[in-house]
Amino acid sequence: MLKFMISIIDYGAGNLKSVSKALEKLGMNAVITSSFKEINKSKAMILPGVGSFGDCMNSLKSKDLDQCIIENVQNGKYLLGICLGLQLLYEKSYEEGVWAGLGLLKGEVLKFDPSNKIPHMGWNNLTKGKEDILSHNIEDGEYVYFVHSYYAKPENIEDVVFWTEYGVKVPAVVREKNIIGMQFHPEKSGPTGFKLLKNFGELIK
Amino acid sequence: MLTKRIIPCLDVDNGRVVKGKKFHNIQDVSDPVQLAKMYSEAGADELVFYDITASNEERDIFINIVEKTAYEVYIPFTVGGGIRSVDDFNKVLRAGADKVSVNSAAVKNPHIITEAALKFGNQCVVLSIDAKKVGINWHVFINGGRVDTGLDAIEWAIRGEQLGAGELVLNSIDADGVKEGYDIELNRMIAEKVNIPIIASGGAGKKEDFLDVFKNGKVDAALAASVFHFGEIDILELKKYLKDHDIPMRV
Repeated sequence: MLKFMISIIDYGAGNLKSVSKALEKLGMNAVITSSFKEINKSKAMILPGVGSFGDCMNSLKSKDLDQCIIENVQNGKYLLGICLGLQLLYEKSYEEGVWAGLGLLKGEVLKFDPSNKIPHMGWNNLTKGKEDILSHNIEDGEYVYFVHSYYAKPENIEDVVFWTEYGVKVPAVVREKNIIGMQFHPEKSGPTGFKLLKNFGELIK
Repeated sequence: MLTKRIIPCLDVDNGRVVKGKKFHNIQDVSDPVQLAKMYSEAGADELVFYDITASNEERDIFINIVEKTAYEVYIPFTVGGGIRSVDDFNKVLRAGADKVSVNSAAVKNPHIITEAALKFGNQCVVLSIDAKKVGINWHVFINGGRVDTGLDAIEWAIRGEQLGAGELVLNSIDADGVKEGYDIELNRMIAEKVNIPIIASGGAGKKEDFLDVFKNGKVDAALAASVFHFGEIDILELKKYLKDHDIPMRV
């Protein structure tokens, strides 16, 4: 078991256990927490997300967790946003209104065109963007599990580590320095998901 | 490209997997957690667990199985059966399920779909419809296929999407357990009218049935139980066969 600890930020959203169990299986030490103290002393943060963008931002704000996350990121701590957690990293979302996100990455979050079935649900394949430690050991064309109705449109497309395609090009993995996002659920994506989490573990070591 | 999905379904009674024929003659198959793990390693894209138990005591055993599965299986799984309230949704989601399917309770109280969708997101609300042909239309049946509600299945599917369901499971009572293929017409008619993913259920007997329902039923996923439980169809072989016939598959 690696000595450092990852804090999975608990702000009342959905199923956090799957992520922590997957990390545990990979020999990483994770704690589900909303305590500033624990988050501050952890080596890296994971921001999960289930539900709607506005609800998630409101929950984070009501506990001042948005500021806690931003400060830790500014101090260089790694942050991984999963699913809606990736979307929360951006400046703005158009999910049922217009919402400000954490603004850690430049770009906005848009709804899929209804010419596709919504949600984008199921296994879709990855196409490589920029070379990164996160893509180590992962081939073009490997599949991961997506469930989402909105997608991020980043300003800096050179931050995209993996793309997928669903009517439009969708960023599946993004990374700008210590800020990382995965639009799919690595903890539900079988062996490929585990490889990505393992690479994340290597990165934050 | 988004792939089509193959979904083994595990009916769980008192901690064991069973498979009935036309909802009767229940036979014991195996340990649910082991079976789930085996399917996930064999290439299943998702799993569905149906709780067919009645008592509260057995309900706790079922929740325990969901928790154990979440620890052993790293693909998405849906839990259904006995879901009557938003609190029931919460319980199985907290136990580690990714999606929850609701059937009879949604017919009796359609608002449960909207409430659950607002609270947990559309993506985890699956509306499961038991449909049977009555005359020239399909009616929605509830209580394990015993009660005809008189509701038109196609209209109910459309309404389900409007209420906030993120996915539909269409169980054909006529086709269930007979192994003569999925109800292509039912699936296609609904697939053409809604914009959420559809899972066909009931009737799989051979590989060709899956190909038929993807090609002609226009569904996104196909669910089956006994053909997998009894080893009549190997999941990996099935997926290779479908891929060779131009159905996008994760192999």
